[in-house]
Amino acid sequence: MEFPGLFNYWIVIVLMMSGFYMVIAHNNMIKKVVGLNIFQVSVFVFYISMGKIEGGTAPILEKGIEIYSNPLPHVLILTAIVVGVATTAVAMALVVRIRDAYGTIEDDEIHAQEDDA
Amino acid sequence: MAAAAVGMIRLRNLFAVVMLSGIFSLSAAALYVVLDAVDVAFTEAAVGAGISTVLMLGTLALTTTEEAIKPQRNIGALVVVFLTGAVLIYSTLDMPLYGDPTAPIHLHVAPRYIWDSGAEIGVPNIVTSVLASYRGYDTLGETTVIFTAACVVMALIGRGRSKVKHQLPEGAPSFGYAALKPHSVMRVTSKLLLPLIFLYALYVQFHGDFGPGGGFQAGVIFGAAFILYTLIFGVDNTRIVIRGWFRRLMMSAGVLIYAGVGVAALLMGGNYLGYSALAHEATHGQHLGINLIEFGVGTTVAGAMITIFLMFAGQDR
Repeated sequence: MEFPGLFNYWIVIVLMMSGFYMVIAHNNMIKKVVGLNIFQVSVFVFYISMGKIEGGTAPILEKGIEIYSNPLPHVLILTAIVVGVATTAVAMALVVRIRDAYGTIEDDEIHAQEDDA
Repeated sequence: MAAAAVGMIRLRNLFAVVMLSGIFSLSAAALYVVLDAVDVAFTEAAVGAGISTVLMLGTLALTTTEEAIKPQRNIGALVVVFLTGAVLIYSTLDMPLYGDPTAPIHLHVAPRYIWDSGAEIGVPNIVTSVLASYRGYDTLGETTVIFTAACVVMALIGRGRSKVKHQLPEGAPSFGYAALKPHSVMRVTSKLLLPLIFLYALYVQFHGDFGPGGGFQAGVIFGAAFILYTLIFGVDNTRIVIRGWFRRLMMSAGVLIYAGVGVAALLMGGNYLGYSALAHEATHGQHLGINLIEFGVGTTVAGAMITIFLMFAGQDR
């Protein structure tokens, strides 16, 4: 097996699990959102690396070029990135509102307040 | 990238975490260039490294910059993560090798896009022709999602929140409008830069069918220019330069242009979003349609980005 082989998938999994850990193990909401973003980027890298063809070039038609990388994942991920930032903005707005309502953005502290009430 | 990710897990200072996530995005963008996805790299650099970081900083300024210290390790989470990771790695053993041209993903649909789009759409950048024409419905949906997200942000932290007053945490990364105002070097440089940024945004917008670029990227760059202006001249000035009604008009007009092009194609005897009906020659119609809807996308994205940013930046006073 040559060097890249399946290495791209493993990197994706390492990144994805880092993001996953951040989401489930941290109480701070901003860190959770950052973790979700890492998770998201790992999926993007997964798609884009699947679209790569050995010896291919960027999918812009040009005379004399025979091999192009697969344009379809590029399209999907391009729009996903922009939608991702929009959803991040919504998440951030929610965090700001939660801070207004509870005075904290730590998950467990909010739970404690809820239990007291 | 992996190092940045680990750093983000370990660090408690949220400011550093956000900065690291910007670096993470930028290295992801570099990786996309290596993987031939120039359009995606462009978007990631502008959106992930630029706008996301600014948004998160805005949130930090409104909330807190330190994560509460929790000494205990979360063994349960660690076990779950490692188990999931192991299962996923096991499943990759059946995956096609990196760069393998015979992988299943390359055998369906994609060859048609690559070999026929030149004749059918007449646009050299395959990503643009797939995005705007073959998969025009998806893109319309995504534009609507962005529009909706901006509306949600407005609803959540827009009006009616001014009554809530917070004491900002000590040393919070403020946007520093007041701090930067007397810096004449910054003011002059940014005044010089702004027209160039706008010009570049327009180039990216209208050159998207030949090179990397398009409505999404152009909209973000356009929004970034306004963010720069806000950082240096303050939120109030930006509110005067680009009024609230105009921002909302931009957001909704973009979606309407996109949907309207679809209806126009319908009225002229084609399918919804079938641009070939827009002109006598199919490729001319495609070209016209793509340019129009990319313009719609750009308008919506720019309007949404400026609106979202001003929502966050206008809070902490």
